[in-house]
Amino acid sequence: MIPQRQIAPVASLTVPALSISGLSVAYDDTIVVGDVDARFMSGTMTAIIGPNGAGKSSLLKATLGIVPTLAGHVAFFGEPLDTVRNRVAYVPQRAGVDWDFPARVLDVVLMGLYGELGIFGRLRPSHEKRAMDCIARVGLTDFARRQIGALSGGQQQRVFLARALAQRADILLLDEPFAGVDAATEKALVQVLHALRGEGRAIVAVHHDLATVPAYFDHVLLLNRRCIAEGPVATAFTEKALAQTYGARGAAHA
Amino acid sequence: MGSDFVMLSLVPMVIAALAAVACALPGNFLLLRRQSMLGDAISHVVLPGIVVTFLLTGSANPWAMLLGAGIAALFSVLLIELIVRSARVEPGAAMGTVFTAMFAAGVLGLERSGASGVHLDVEHALYGNLESLIWLDANGWPSLADPKALAGLPPELTLLAAVTAVVGAFVVALWRPLSVATFDEGFAATLGLPVRALSLALIVVAAMACVAAFSAVGSILVIAMLICPPAAARLMTNRLGHQVWLSLGLAILAALSGYVLAGYGPLWLGFAGSVSAAGMIAAVSGVILGLAALTGRHRRRTGSPLSTPADRPYKAPNA
Repeated sequence: MIPQRQIAPVASLTVPALSISGLSVAYDDTIVVGDVDARFMSGTMTAIIGPNGAGKSSLLKATLGIVPTLAGHVAFFGEPLDTVRNRVAYVPQRAGVDWDFPARVLDVVLMGLYGELGIFGRLRPSHEKRAMDCIARVGLTDFARRQIGALSGGQQQRVFLARALAQRADILLLDEPFAGVDAATEKALVQVLHALRGEGRAIVAVHHDLATVPAYFDHVLLLNRRCIAEGPVATAFTEKALAQTYGARGAAHA
Repeated sequence: MGSDFVMLSLVPMVIAALAAVACALPGNFLLLRRQSMLGDAISHVVLPGIVVTFLLTGSANPWAMLLGAGIAALFSVLLIELIVRSARVEPGAAMGTVFTAMFAAGVLGLERSGASGVHLDVEHALYGNLESLIWLDANGWPSLADPKALAGLPPELTLLAAVTAVVGAFVVALWRPLSVATFDEGFAATLGLPVRALSLALIVVAAMACVAAFSAVGSILVIAMLICPPAAARLMTNRLGHQVWLSLGLAILAALSGYVLAGYGPLWLGFAGSVSAAGMIAAVSGVILGLAALTGRHRRRTGSPLSTPADRPYKAPNA
């Protein structure tokens, strides 16, 4: 059962890490995400699932203001993104950047500290140590000074997660973190993400592999242009909802 | 190496080096953003900008030319964007269309305008007039401390020095935002960086460098300096900071050795006269890039993902 939408009691405990209401995204007059309402609580790990072109990445990017929204409202911890940027981390699709860029693993992870350092803040040895700790957490210590283009796909995905760790954010939004990575990396990434959830952080990830949803995630958002179902895996991740999500694409507009 | 050198060669060499540095700096970021072609386009549309400015003002004042060419550069960027969006063609094709058409229009305007009387002709547009930027008031090294002689320095020198300072300040001040946004624009946006404004600012700064360098050294050298030193430096290192410093060193090396080779190379080979300095500098930077490609430690491209996740097949839902 999807929990009924009610007026939320005003208490800090119930302020969602991320709440989206009436969010719509359009590219060139085509609506790719229509009127999505969703709430993501701290200490939970949510999978956004849906077929190709369902608008999963667009939803994530619109939430973060990377692509413009047509309508709707987004709040992180009850505030607009601009006032809480340093509590929010984004892990883009690995294929979205040019890994030929002249940087080492350490250089990329240090980018996670830029939000805190600002434009002119001095990079101190303590910052480097913090970055190295994050690199160690994803098991890349031996690769810290390698050029990022020399890494495997799985290792590159670990670099991105390490950069997000360096941000010490309270909510992480990940776009297909397990796409094209090896089994060992997938296991390592899930372990780190579960640890973060255990620390009370919110995790939201675009995910493809339906078989691993119950093992990895506790919440789901089924998306196909609009929100089909949202809630705990036990109640929202049903055959019926999946059929509705992956069924005839036209159903989304019916 | 006396008064002749100071009068005839010092200023052109300094101007060549400044032009090389001003172009190579933004060139590094254009290269990494896969926008090298944009620099090519900007350096070509400078010509119609200069011709139109000359027709409107009737003078060859370098500052007026800078403004006119800058406007032309921005106009071309907007035009390219417009063509890409409205005609839905590939950006490279749109750039190729815009800059060749505008450059050709500039050539036609040049022929008809009589601007050639003031050192503006097609040859100068391509190769510049580096050798003519001499310091007539100079009388040996002491002139460097003589205010009267310094007042007679070619205005191109002041212009390029000012633009090089602005370009340098831009890169130093915005080093972090520029490098993050160049590597990962989406992530940079989530840090709150104005990524579109940054990208536009980079183009404006590159256009400024192109315009300032153009009047002295011509479009061939501008293109060479935007692309060759950064590309060669990229092959020699895997760190952004090192790449930028190396590219500056290579740019200055090409400028100075190219100038000397153009002046004395033919003599050393037993020919009379000299060849175009701008042409030789561009040729030298090409040779440097070739050497870097053959010997650079980091010339191999590895690890780039071959397919995007969107290409992956989906598993059937609850089959």
